[in-house]
Amino acid sequence: MEEINSLMHGFAVALTPMNLGLMMVGIVLGVLIGVLPGLGGANGVAILLPLTFAMGNTPAGQVSAIILLSCIYWGALFGGAITSILFNIPGEPWSVATTFDGYPMAQQGKAGEALTAAFTSSFVGAFIAVLMITFLAPLVAKFALRFGPPEFFAVYLLTFCSFVGMTKSPPMKTVAAMMLGFALAAVGLDTVTGQLRLTFGFTELLKGFDFLIAVIGLFGIGEILLTIEEGLDFKGMTGKMKMKVVIETWKQLPKYWKTSLRSSLIGCWMGITPGGATPASFMGYGVAKKFSPNGASFGKGDIEGVIAPETAAHAAGTSALLPMLTLGIPGSPTAAVLLGGLLVWGLQPGPMLFEEKKDFVWGLIASMYLGNIAGLIVVLTTVPFFAAILRIPFSIIAPVILVICAIGAFTVHSSMFDVWLMVVFGVIGYVFKKLDYPLAPLVLALVLGDRAEDAFRQSMLSSQGTVTIFFSNALVGSITTLALLMLFWGPLSSLIKRIRG
Amino acid sequence: MSQQESNEKSAASVRVVDTVTAVIIFAFGAVVIWDSYRLGSKWGGDGPEAGYFPFYIGVILCIASVINLLNALREKPEQDGGESFVSRSAMKMIMSVMIPTVVYVALIAGIGPIPGVGIYVASALFIVLFMRWLGRYGWGKAVGVSVAVPIVFFMMFEIWFKVPLPKGPLEAMLGLN
Repeated sequence: MEEINSLMHGFAVALTPMNLGLMMVGIVLGVLIGVLPGLGGANGVAILLPLTFAMGNTPAGQVSAIILLSCIYWGALFGGAITSILFNIPGEPWSVATTFDGYPMAQQGKAGEALTAAFTSSFVGAFIAVLMITFLAPLVAKFALRFGPPEFFAVYLLTFCSFVGMTKSPPMKTVAAMMLGFALAAVGLDTVTGQLRLTFGFTELLKGFDFLIAVIGLFGIGEILLTIEEGLDFKGMTGKMKMKVVIETWKQLPKYWKTSLRSSLIGCWMGITPGGATPASFMGYGVAKKFSPNGASFGKGDIEGVIAPETAAHAAGTSALLPMLTLGIPGSPTAAVLLGGLLVWGLQPGPMLFEEKKDFVWGLIASMYLGNIAGLIVVLTTVPFFAAILRIPFSIIAPVILVICAIGAFTVHSSMFDVWLMVVFGVIGYVFKKLDYPLAPLVLALVLGDRAEDAFRQSMLSSQGTVTIFFSNALVGSITTLALLMLFWGPLSSLIKRIRG
Repeated sequence: MSQQESNEKSAASVRVVDTVTAVIIFAFGAVVIWDSYRLGSKWGGDGPEAGYFPFYIGVILCIASVINLLNALREKPEQDGGESFVSRSAMKMIMSVMIPTVVYVALIAGIGPIPGVGIYVASALFIVLFMRWLGRYGWGKAVGVSVAVPIVFFMMFEIWFKVPLPKGPLEAMLGLN
């Protein structure tokens, strides 16, 4: 029950008036980001990250900063559902599956019910994921203390191989996007040898590519371009929330406990392995449709079709923080940005964090409980306000978002070169999205590139250059084998099918 | 929407853009290999050289792009029913956003000898022109929004969070530097 004690201590750290205030600010900003096109969890947090640079100078400030940023993330997870249900426009990729039944419900005049169901199941999914983090994260961290460089490299390998095996994009496009990320991460001064790599004499490239710029460009500018091309007309349903509807819906929800539980488990699994919230939401929807007695009514406005994807997406989004905190490996682009924040504040994510920075870790975990409760209250009470924001025409919102992206890119290093870089990444993001090159592995490779390379180098040093070190003991061998299995998952599964068929 | 789009003229097909992208990525991979080779991609006296890891990244990148290139060439050309990457009207919309955005970034700090006007003034100009030109708003509304937004950002960044952003002659004149 050590965890309970630590958690109580965490609540003591998190529960200051300042932190509670930041929680509310974070949630509101997050929902706003989730609702607006072009701003999402990853680039929203990336843009606001520089504002916390000064906060991260003290241990208490670090807790406040991570609370602010993680609450923006929870808010964005909640916010995606609003646009899906009321406007049939997914504000975030993970709320695409919510439109399937959410929008038909809104058309039938049941927007209030759909929103209540979506928010409540988001909350349930997050809550189960936080419970899991509370009890599982310390164990994983303790276990990972035994990891040396080969084990860490094997875990990185597993992360990246699962991307290739699990994403729906063509595998070679996933590999190409990922390797681009690694190559961009290598640009600049090599800290081990002191040599300059891939800079070709440009002084701007000395410090390398900051992934925050890439995130703002790829997800922010790229998304705006896609939205403009689609020529959005925001014709939405009105979203009024009556307390009576909320309570009526809550009375209905317990009978779908099986769907919630299933979706939570899918979400937790997809969040820890780098599947992420988006595939989790589709999988949650698909599985619920298969198992539900009224699966045939899915897609026509079934409340279960809202519960399933929302629970899974929120569970995945939350549990993506588990590998980020315990191993230093983010499970999603947004978790990657949060990891970037930790590094900026001078914290080393990984197993030692649980030993050395107990206040930070448990303050964050406690804030996840509080943040999601605050989030549920905020979204249930402010839907009409956010629905009104969506009625602001795109020709006002778009330039303002572009300005926000430019400011965000500038503030990372106070460099104009970064703003230009952001524009270039924006065009890349647009083209890649349309050609089905996945962006998440690119961003993750850019974030983890240096660390993966360090782990690889140190392993190679200790083995004098032979790769057999990745099979040198049972632990590292099984992780590497698992990684290779994931890498060839596509061809393997079709082979198995062929043998059976 | 999609009905309309299929009737519209296409600016480029998926096949062409996919091919070009694969070639560019291949070229980038080749540059990575070349630079790693220059730095030394082998086992040095005291361990792996600087290009050791990037070399393999470049090799994988090139192999993956060759496969992507072959896949792209296997796609149908547009006249045989292949997909359009972007229609001409959509391309026009995108350009009408991209060009002002590039001008906006150039205005912030200036290019070469041309001095910049600072991020706040540039933002105001950008928003006002965007709203007038693409949104067809009246001057009143456009100017209102474009003045209010930079003021809010000024308060937020310069005063509350103390994060200085690029400023120009106007701020200097008002003594806000």
